[in-house]
Amino acid sequence: MNAWLSPQSSLWWAVLIKCGVLLFVVITSFAYAMLFERKIIGWMQLRPGPNRVGPWGLLQPLVDALKLILKEDLTPKTADPLIYRLAPFISLVTAFSVYAVIPFSEPGPGNVWAVGDVNAGILVILAITSIGVYGISLGGWASGSKYPLLGSVRSTAQMISYELAMAMSLIGVLILAGTTSLVGIVNSQAKLWFFIPQFVGFIIYVVTAVAETNRAPFDLVEADAELVGGFNTEYSGLRFGLFFIAEYINMLTVSCIATLLFLGGWNAVGGLTMIPGIGWFLLKVAFFMFVYIWLRATFPRIRYDRLMAFGWKVLLPVATLNLVITAFVVAVRG
Amino acid sequence: MTIAFWALAVLLVASAMFVITAKKPVHSVAGLLAHFFFLAITYFMLSAEFLAVIQLIVYSGAILMLFVFVIALLSSGVAPFSVGPDRLPKIAAPATLIVAVLLGFVAYGISREPIVLANEHGVAAGPVGAAGVFGSVADFGHALFTTNLLPFEITAFILMVAVIGVILLAGDHVPYVPTRRRARIVERDMREAIVRAGEE
Amino acid sequence: MSRKKLYNVGALLTGLAITFKYMFKRKPTIQYPSRKKKHAPRFHGLHELRRYGDGKERCIGCELCSSVCPANAITVIGAENSPGDRRSPGERYAARYEIDELRCIFCGMCEEACPTDAIVLTPRFEMSDYRRGSFIYSKDRLLVPPEAGVGLAPDDRPNGIPSDLGSVAETKSTVDTDEGYDATWRGTILKTQTKGLAG
Ligand code: SF4
Ligand code: SF4
Repeated sequence: MNAWLSPQSSLWWAVLIKCGVLLFVVITSFAYAMLFERKIIGWMQLRPGPNRVGPWGLLQPLVDALKLILKEDLTPKTADPLIYRLAPFISLVTAFSVYAVIPFSEPGPGNVWAVGDVNAGILVILAITSIGVYGISLGGWASGSKYPLLGSVRSTAQMISYELAMAMSLIGVLILAGTTSLVGIVNSQAKLWFFIPQFVGFIIYVVTAVAETNRAPFDLVEADAELVGGFNTEYSGLRFGLFFIAEYINMLTVSCIATLLFLGGWNAVGGLTMIPGIGWFLLKVAFFMFVYIWLRATFPRIRYDRLMAFGWKVLLPVATLNLVITAFVVAVRG
Repeated sequence: MTIAFWALAVLLVASAMFVITAKKPVHSVAGLLAHFFFLAITYFMLSAEFLAVIQLIVYSGAILMLFVFVIALLSSGVAPFSVGPDRLPKIAAPATLIVAVLLGFVAYGISREPIVLANEHGVAAGPVGAAGVFGSVADFGHALFTTNLLPFEITAFILMVAVIGVILLAGDHVPYVPTRRRARIVERDMREAIVRAGEE
Repeated sequence: MSRKKLYNVGALLTGLAITFKYMFKRKPTIQYPSRKKKHAPRFHGLHELRRYGDGKERCIGCELCSSVCPANAITVIGAENSPGDRRSPGERYAARYEIDELRCIFCGMCEEACPTDAIVLTPRFEMSDYRRGSFIYSKDRLLVPPEAGVGLAPDDRPNGIPSDLGSVAETKSTVDTDEGYDATWRGTILKTQTKGLAG
């Protein structure tokens, strides 16, 4: 029974330090991911983006955080206070806890670049992110008003339809790698990154990841044009901030997963090994974040019924077909 | 480990109690979510890694999500359900008794034959989830698709039948005809009608 | 919409290409507080009450501006000039002259109506404040201070803004003489002095 804890328990303080550092890094990268997004979207819309606070607007996240903290925290009269207060934390905690199993670079002798190197890594990530949506759907429901409720119903339906296709698209990679351990998956991409043999799976993953994180053009959960602010209409101040943080951290998470599963993780491009693995990893994640932002700046929001139809009638069958073909090829080639 | 187990046990029972005593359905769902979460941790502690993960993905991620969906659609207000006369005490007493007796039998059985966390490779040891260790993904999959293939497939088949049944019951009752073919049928009917009118 | 159009991947890629190209385009943004855009020559901004060369007020308290104002924004209360203290060359002068800049629609009718070219609209436009009361401008803020000259008649205005309205509050501003100019309102200094009155 001690099998689970014993390898780590001797170094519990190391785990604690890793957690602390990781928390700091993730929060900082959230802050600058937000700035990055505002800058890029600004440029694409022929604006300079935030540039007033600090040189190049670099202090903008700090000021934003301060603003959110100082704002009044409102709870509507019709809200269910318990769930209403709980929901942002569900979102945030699940978003953070994913990082416990993500490896950031090559494991060296006796250490891993992760808080915990779990063997079922990718499954654990899927499990944790599947809980994250409760923050949105419960929060929307508990707000006690109609727009958040609609947002929350949408999020539930959207999540169910897209999570399936997403998992299907990942299984192809798992078949090729023959393991569910994230380190193992990255190591098996040393020669060929999986986005080449699994190109269809890669595209499906990118699409479903956008839907999973409720980002434009699949941001029907928020849909400010029709639902005011969707699930977070009633939230204000720090609680809104928590949802906000969770959204960006989820973006980072799916970017990390895409990097690990399809883009070869910390494997260097073209033998450029003078950049350490962590550098490559971060570069690839940043690239993914850029794609995310790019999509948001380009495409208008898709209609709800089209979103569902697309998920069930296009992505899921294609993902299944991809899975079957991959399994067949792997079986034939032994 | 023992401390963790007892803490989890208390949390599990408490959250389960919360699920059945909560007045609002959404509170029950939240309680159930917490319960599933603690249950997953318990599975983890028992080295049943795959089961823990599946517990979260399937039950918390999909099934409970449907509960939320239904609750959000059916009771948009936050007012608690108005229930009839409280019949819980009448049922609760005998039910508790029966469950307690059953649990007693189970506990007796367990205490007579201690469970060993082991498989054909020996007693569980080593990092959790590594192949060959009890409860690992690899082992689970292996067992599922070799020793237990028939029950697994039968289960899948039964579920499939259920799904088809649901679609038949809830689905669109108009038989599916592609639009273009439907248009052609209409056109043909009209043409025939015109011809008939001309003949008369 | 036909199926073909719905999943037109080529169109999606075209869209992505456009946004990507735009990322590197020159941004038309003018960095406002430090750089300012040139106005049209007859821009209608904040009002000003002018003087004659000898320092006398032009306004004769005739209330024409007040009656022509479509927004009822102007209040004029005229008074007789006393021989010992002549405020204006005429018989009367404006004892009180107030414009509610929140009501004003900056149409310029007051300027048109004024027989003595006393009330004019300047190109100053930065008048935001925290209190509604601060937007009721009375003579202390409307009248050109004696040391600042007489104020310019609308027809005399150069393209842009007269230099006497130039930088007072924002000395650090980076003014591009070609494309922009500094139109920071001189009144920011006066305003702080009159806060107590206005609120
Ligand atoms: S500009 Fe027009 S609205 Fe404003 S005070 Fe003059 S007449 Fe009235
Ligand atoms: S500003 Fe001109 S129109 Fe108005 S009261 Fe004075 S003189 Fe008359």
